[in-house]
Amino acid sequence: MSEKPAAPAPAAGRAAMKKELPEHFKAYRHVWVFVELERGHVHPVSWELIGEGRKLADKLGVELAGVVMGAPGAGTLEAAAEAFAYGADLVYLVEHETLGDYRNEPYAKALTDLVGTHKPEILLLGATTLGRDLAGAVATTLATGLTADCTELAVDADKSLAATRPTFGGSLLCTIYTLNFRPQMATVRPRVMAMPERREGRTGRVVPFTPDLEESAILTKLLSFMPDRTSAKNNLAHADVVVAGGLGLQSAENLQLVRRLAGAMGAEFGCSRPLVQKGWMPADRQIGQTGKTIRPKLYIAAGISGAIQHRVGVDGADTIVAINTDANAPIMAFAHLAIVTDAIRLLPALAEAVTRRFSPHSRDRIAG
Amino acid sequence: MHIVVCIKQVPDSAQIRVHPVTNTIMRQGVPSIVNPYDLFSLEEALRLRDRLGGAVTVVTMGPPSAVESLRKCLTYGADRAVLLTDRFFAGSDTLATSYALSKAIEKIGAAFCAPDIVFAGKQTIDGDTAQVGPGIARRLGLVQLTYIQKVVACDTAAGTLTVERRAEGGTQTLATRLPCLVTMLEGVNEIRRGTIQDALRAARAEIVTWSAAEAGIEDVTRCGLRGSPTVVKRVFAPPPRAEKAATVDVSGRPAADADALLDAVVARRPALATDLATLIAGY
Repeated sequence: MSEKPAAPAPAAGRAAMKKELPEHFKAYRHVWVFVELERGHVHPVSWELIGEGRKLADKLGVELAGVVMGAPGAGTLEAAAEAFAYGADLVYLVEHETLGDYRNEPYAKALTDLVGTHKPEILLLGATTLGRDLAGAVATTLATGLTADCTELAVDADKSLAATRPTFGGSLLCTIYTLNFRPQMATVRPRVMAMPERREGRTGRVVPFTPDLEESAILTKLLSFMPDRTSAKNNLAHADVVVAGGLGLQSAENLQLVRRLAGAMGAEFGCSRPLVQKGWMPADRQIGQTGKTIRPKLYIAAGISGAIQHRVGVDGADTIVAINTDANAPIMAFAHLAIVTDAIRLLPALAEAVTRRFSPHSRDRIAG
Repeated sequence: MHIVVCIKQVPDSAQIRVHPVTNTIMRQGVPSIVNPYDLFSLEEALRLRDRLGGAVTVVTMGPPSAVESLRKCLTYGADRAVLLTDRFFAGSDTLATSYALSKAIEKIGAAFCAPDIVFAGKQTIDGDTAQVGPGIARRLGLVQLTYIQKVVACDTAAGTLTVERRAEGGTQTLATRLPCLVTMLEGVNEIRRGTIQDALRAARAEIVTWSAAEAGIEDVTRCGLRGSPTVVKRVFAPPPRAEKAATVDVSGRPAADADALLDAVVARRPALATDLATLIAGY
């Protein structure tokens, strides 16, 4: 060991240190997207990733593969056909009885073995509970890099994957590379990437893969599965109009104003992360990098300053309205419309005005 | 029963402010806290110990100042704390971090008692990757159980654990063998205040501090920047939108301001008027 004090090298210096890729990684080619299939249902994030993976594969001049895993006949062929319709060139079809419901052990083993056999250059997964659970295990087993919750993926001049994600606390983004290891892995949250166009009748190759799995060797057993009642779940990620509150509302009680405006508009409501940390709203209402990503037609942010984590969760919104007393709040850099005023006073008036103008049941309409 | 809980000391992100002009984060004077997600795992570990006997060891990798977060965990009732600190760990990504922590957990097993369960936080509030827990599980060859909302049963004699796990679209009930790694979901339990005895004990407690070598890490090239396959190449402020936000003039009367705002919304996207009418009618 060198005795010199090893001051950590600056990141920029290290980044320039791209070595020749080790020989055994040179065979790693093609872009893969893990198609998240559970209980016969494909998570939409997989198609969003197929759309994104298509662009990366075209830039690299390689093929785009979907990875479909599941019990034989449990929607796997349908998922493969859909993957082609959304743009995959081929699908690795990994079928086994142990892959019925998701469990980490058989899924991690099957995906790791598939990577070892067919060697992808890039492997993308959705940042869902399943995707994060699986990606962490697979990346560690393969001893490769994994970048979580990316908001942008690109291929740079030397054909490396440039994965951009917010960095902690505040207002910055960082671009992360996995230079000397393969595959380059990344997860992306649902709704961050746009849904690609679906082309009926588009087909591709199916490459079957038989994983070396045995139920008796799997320590974890699924005793039961209780599906969510759909009625109890909020529809934040897919709502057309969303109203959200932030610390500028000052108290948990004032969040009622957000709920009331959302109610008046037939909208969903949410909040920024500090409010969840304070226990003012449940975690499933959090909008932003670690909460829900939304793509509504109209987004009203009341008393939200707009840290980068929040911005990446709402960047896909068509119209962003900021209500904030601070004209210099970061949200002003990405809102389309801003009103510099106290949301606590404006929200009740806005609820009234919305009802008056747009409700077919409103008294004004009837009178008119 | 021996339980190891992995925690991280993080800046209290709720207190981080963004500089209004330079748009950079202002970290000066921001207090450090135990990563809030870790506390749900710590509480679950303490409950298991209270019920089944044994001990809870808390471990972290971080700068020497992280000792304060470990002491905090002792005040909640953890029995023992281990700090893994060494300049070789600087710049670790999640793969390198999971390597160092897994070596420390092996050493804890050798020094005290092999753990039956390793707990980790679901994710941290600074990195937000949710990768270190699964990484440790893989390194140690443990079954990983993430997003756990309830520990249903733990049978130390039979060596089994039954949990409810939050999955996409529902809840799984899973049974597995000990030892295993568990990450708890947020909000599933309430962290205790800790007793006065715990606080007194924590104040006096000696916290075990290990360098890389003391934790049994022979190959330090697997730690820190050198052991991290991911490389941060560029850090930058997000570009502002090309079109600057149109500002709605404020009269001071909320009713008039609300109307002005709706005018501006509809002027920007006329279709929204129809959308809103449809939404409200259907609501």
